[in-house]
Amino acid sequence: MRSLKDIAKSFMLWELLVGLKLTGRYVLSKKITIQYPEEKTPISTRFRGLHALRRYANGEERCIACKLCEAVCPALAITIDSAPREDGSRRTTLYEIDLFKCIYCGFCEESCPVDSIVETHLSHYHFENRGENIMTKPMLLAIGDRYEADIANARTEDAPYR
Amino acid sequence: MMHLLTSLLWIVLKVLLIALPLLGAVAYMTLAERKILAYAHVRIGPNRVGFLGLLQPLADGIKLFFKEVIIPTKANSTVFILAPIVSFTTAAAAWAVIPFNTDWILANVNASLLYVLALTSLGVYGILMAGWASNSKYALLGAMRSAAQVVSYEIAMGFALVGVLMAADSTNLQDIVLHQQGGFWHWYWLPLLPMFIVYWISGVAETNRAPFDMAEGEAEIVAGFHVEYSGMSFAIFFLAEYANMILISALASILFLGGWLSPFEGIPILGSLFAFVPGIVWFFSKMAIFLFLYVWLRATFPRYRYDQIMHLGWKVLIPVTIVWIVIEGLLIELKVAPWFS
Repeated sequence: MRSLKDIAKSFMLWELLVGLKLTGRYVLSKKITIQYPEEKTPISTRFRGLHALRRYANGEERCIACKLCEAVCPALAITIDSAPREDGSRRTTLYEIDLFKCIYCGFCEESCPVDSIVETHLSHYHFENRGENIMTKPMLLAIGDRYEADIANARTEDAPYR
Repeated sequence: MMHLLTSLLWIVLKVLLIALPLLGAVAYMTLAERKILAYAHVRIGPNRVGFLGLLQPLADGIKLFFKEVIIPTKANSTVFILAPIVSFTTAAAAWAVIPFNTDWILANVNASLLYVLALTSLGVYGILMAGWASNSKYALLGAMRSAAQVVSYEIAMGFALVGVLMAADSTNLQDIVLHQQGGFWHWYWLPLLPMFIVYWISGVAETNRAPFDMAEGEAEIVAGFHVEYSGMSFAIFFLAEYANMILISALASILFLGGWLSPFEGIPILGSLFAFVPGIVWFFSKMAIFLFLYVWLRATFPRYRYDQIMHLGWKVLIPVTIVWIVIEGLLIELKVAPWFS
């Protein structure tokens, strides 16, 4: 009896129709494609992209050359040299990040006692020549200056969860 | 002399009137397939080239046109070049006997059903030649699979056509359509329902489309018979495949869904309401349903295994058609209305 029922079912192509119904439903369903350059998915406030060095509101650079980031960096991507400035404060003379070594773990940002080195939301960048992978101090400061509003915004939004 | 020339020109004009729209339909069928497949994947498919991606087939065509046609060193170059031509010629030549509307037919041959059956079977020679001439193991395997598959499905298809032949008492496609006059319930899909389904399944198998696309089987044999083809020679295979799909759809609508006839014929109000619609619109919409079904099947079913294909062909489809031919004979003998009276 059971097998007769199965035979009848298979001759009515029942399972195939069930399958067609499923795909048919998907054909009619709303599409979930994000049309990338025009539409973008939301980015987390903790997104770790290109690095930047921040300044205080009065224009003074935050970095005090404590070298904690250099010490914590698991990929040894950060190189720092420091010397006293004319006013006697300790400042970096060299602050370089090798983007080829960097693994974007965000440890530098976490270790920084003055919130100087941060990772921004920038994920679109490229190198055209050898050596462009080394981010120098002026470059990092320039990125920080340019995107300070975004950086500060992301930090305040994330602050309640820290 | 003058008369001969003008009639020849007429024929050429008619051929162009069929062939050029056919090529256009093939081009846009590729786009439609990609779109429908994308929709089944919850994607939106190509939409960058032109408005809604409508220029995509053109871009694909230009790309293929400018690509190099590579002929493998150890290939038999004559047969290698001939194979796609055979494929496409057979797919295109069958269109000569397809009636698009009352008397809109290039060659009203009495044996047009047999002619179509012959040409669709010849199409496999293109695949066989391609597989043999390529001198590549994958191409040869693909061709052999395709040959075995077509041999077994040809029989089921032939029997399904015998059913139509018995019902219409004619092998002329135009007569077959005219015999189905009288609206939706007078078409042959209902008394010949098992034949209709068998015909459609073997039609899909005959055109080497999923789930019967073992000849390509990209997972096992890379791309089967057209592994070694590139550029325009590959594009011609592609054209042939899609032209065949459209042909099978056209035949299915002629044989089982009343061709260019309106489905509302004989229904009191709807019939007169839709009387103004030209027959060719009905014909094309019926074809469109079948073409959509082609892509829908592809989006839904995984490829059959070789032995499963043989099982389905020989042990299921052929017995079904034979049994139904007997039943149909009884129906005809009893003059069951409205189809056989």
